[in-house]
Amino acid sequence: MAKVEEKKGTLRKEELKETLREMLLIRRFEERVEERFRAGELPGFLHVAIGQEACAVGVCRALDDGDIIASTHRAHGHTLAKGTHPNELMAELYGKTEGCSHGYGGSMHLYDIEHGNMGANAVIGGGLPHVTGAALAFQLRGEPRVALAFFGDGATNIGTFHEALNLAQLWKVPAVFVLEDNKWAESTPERQHSPIRDLSERAKAFGMKAMKADGQDVEAVYKSTRQALDHARSGKGPVFLHLDTVRFSGHYIGDPQVYRPKDEAKKLRATRDPIETLRERMGMSDDEFAELDSEIVEVVDASVEFAKNGTDPAPEDALKNIYA
Amino acid sequence: MPELSYREAVRDALSTAMRQDDDVFIMGEDIAEMGGSMGVTHGMLDEFGPARVRNTPISEMALAGTAIGAAMQGMRPVAEIMYEDFMTLASEQVVNQAAKVRYMSGGQLTVPVVFRTQGGAGWSPGAQHAQQLEAWFVHIPGLKVVFASTPEDVRGLLWSAIYDDNPVVFFEHRTLYPIKGNVPQKIEPIPIGKARVHREGEDVTVIATGRLVHESLKAAEEAEKEGISVEIVDPRTLQPLDEETLVGSVKKTNRAVVAHEAVTRMGFGAEVASVLQYQAFDWLDAPIERVGAKFAPLPFAPVMEQFVVPHADDVLQAIYRTVNRKP
Repeated sequence: MAKVEEKKGTLRKEELKETLREMLLIRRFEERVEERFRAGELPGFLHVAIGQEACAVGVCRALDDGDIIASTHRAHGHTLAKGTHPNELMAELYGKTEGCSHGYGGSMHLYDIEHGNMGANAVIGGGLPHVTGAALAFQLRGEPRVALAFFGDGATNIGTFHEALNLAQLWKVPAVFVLEDNKWAESTPERQHSPIRDLSERAKAFGMKAMKADGQDVEAVYKSTRQALDHARSGKGPVFLHLDTVRFSGHYIGDPQVYRPKDEAKKLRATRDPIETLRERMGMSDDEFAELDSEIVEVVDASVEFAKNGTDPAPEDALKNIYA
Repeated sequence: MPELSYREAVRDALSTAMRQDDDVFIMGEDIAEMGGSMGVTHGMLDEFGPARVRNTPISEMALAGTAIGAAMQGMRPVAEIMYEDFMTLASEQVVNQAAKVRYMSGGQLTVPVVFRTQGGAGWSPGAQHAQQLEAWFVHIPGLKVVFASTPEDVRGLLWSAIYDDNPVVFFEHRTLYPIKGNVPQKIEPIPIGKARVHREGEDVTVIATGRLVHESLKAAEEAEKEGISVEIVDPRTLQPLDEETLVGSVKKTNRAVVAHEAVTRMGFGAEVASVLQYQAFDWLDAPIERVGAKFAPLPFAPVMEQFVVPHADDVLQAIYRTVNRKP
């Protein structure tokens, strides 16, 4: 049924609405996270991916059951898109035992093995070799599964990126490497951190198949990801998928963004909002959108409620889970 | 009881595990056709083929990280890091990732990976091919650390390391590869966290690791001639540490020497000395002596290298100091 249409890489109308819903959930969830952090309720160091929702949703929708992802420090969207319940994610951000990492991880270490999320990573590029290794395990066991890594443009400068991609291509493992190219490595613009403008050249240097898509167009992301997954799953080797995307927010919550032209994010919001783009394409009325939005806000409200009512770990639980 | 070299004992543990278990495979630099830079994996490519005896590029971060990723998906990889010095390159993955994945995931994941590596002075490679860095890794919660000194121990402990569900950093000593010893016919797993008493004695306990176990055994024979009875204990596992056996021995002998080849300052021996003084304070008749390398990088010139790292005589002098005797 759906599989036939998915093969062509297109989403049916109902699926489009679901896709919009998922992106909007991530948006509203992250806006709430910003708000609760500023209110002093959330501990730690948080990074939102507002503006990049189409990457998370388009990629994760294309995955099959059994495929796994590794994420980054900007992980809330990936985690929700891969199927973690908003309650469990919010509970983790509040440091509760009901959280997806049971309070041991936090925003930068979100794990949900049941849903194929092999973990967010606070070390740039840290998860890339794990994806090569997981894909190697699938290859050795003859399983038709794909391991997929998310990372940003900043990660293309670190050794693990080059080492992991080289090895993945050398061994032709079923992996997909998804570059969410938002043009910023924290506060450093791409022209200051990379001598080349087309970062997919780096994958091509390993002989890896490289694809590109508009990261603000969820349908394009979905379609490209399906193609990349088919390629990887069929044993032809890994794929590098370059998504051109936009970070509306700062590097972290509270980032004054002194390094960025004042109106840049505003202009990008007006022209390259992935949610607005899809909504317009679907021709969704204001009323219908408002209805969807209010449903989602209720889900987010409930997640905050769930998290606040969650259980604090006992301090001495810090000594558990160190060894198996 | 068959006799195996330390090198053959490592190979036997790897091969036996790979024969019985498809989840076990090995990867590392030059381990396939060449059989590893220390010859440990010689012949394994022929038996197991290139899918399970995997040569890697010179990419320690990816070598370690790929093994971690495969372990997170249920395999039991053994990654060979050619020299301990190169563990510094792999350490992002070993320290930040392998050691913490289980913890950060709130117990959802296990990482049953072994990082085999080797080091040790005595052949003048200079400063970047013979360091002893075990103290770096015993400091990291989430890692287990093993350092075996005999063929029997290295085989039984490697077996346990492969089947441990935690990441294990497994140190071998370069100069021990040719030494021979009897091993049980069938591999007998040696529990991780259990020390071995190599020699019983009454007057002083020497707690030694790696090459220094053998140097200490020589020193003990010399001391015996002077009428000093020396007990030699090898912790074998540095993390977790068999404190009970170590403390029990010192409570019996009332004196202790801690000996390793690594730099003394801030070394593994400092922690052992701390454990002993706290748990056996009232039993100690002398300050705990420490034997290790001088605080210098390893020099190239053989006479300087010989000077920097400890030998049997350094252990013997330390034994004399604890019993307040001059040779």
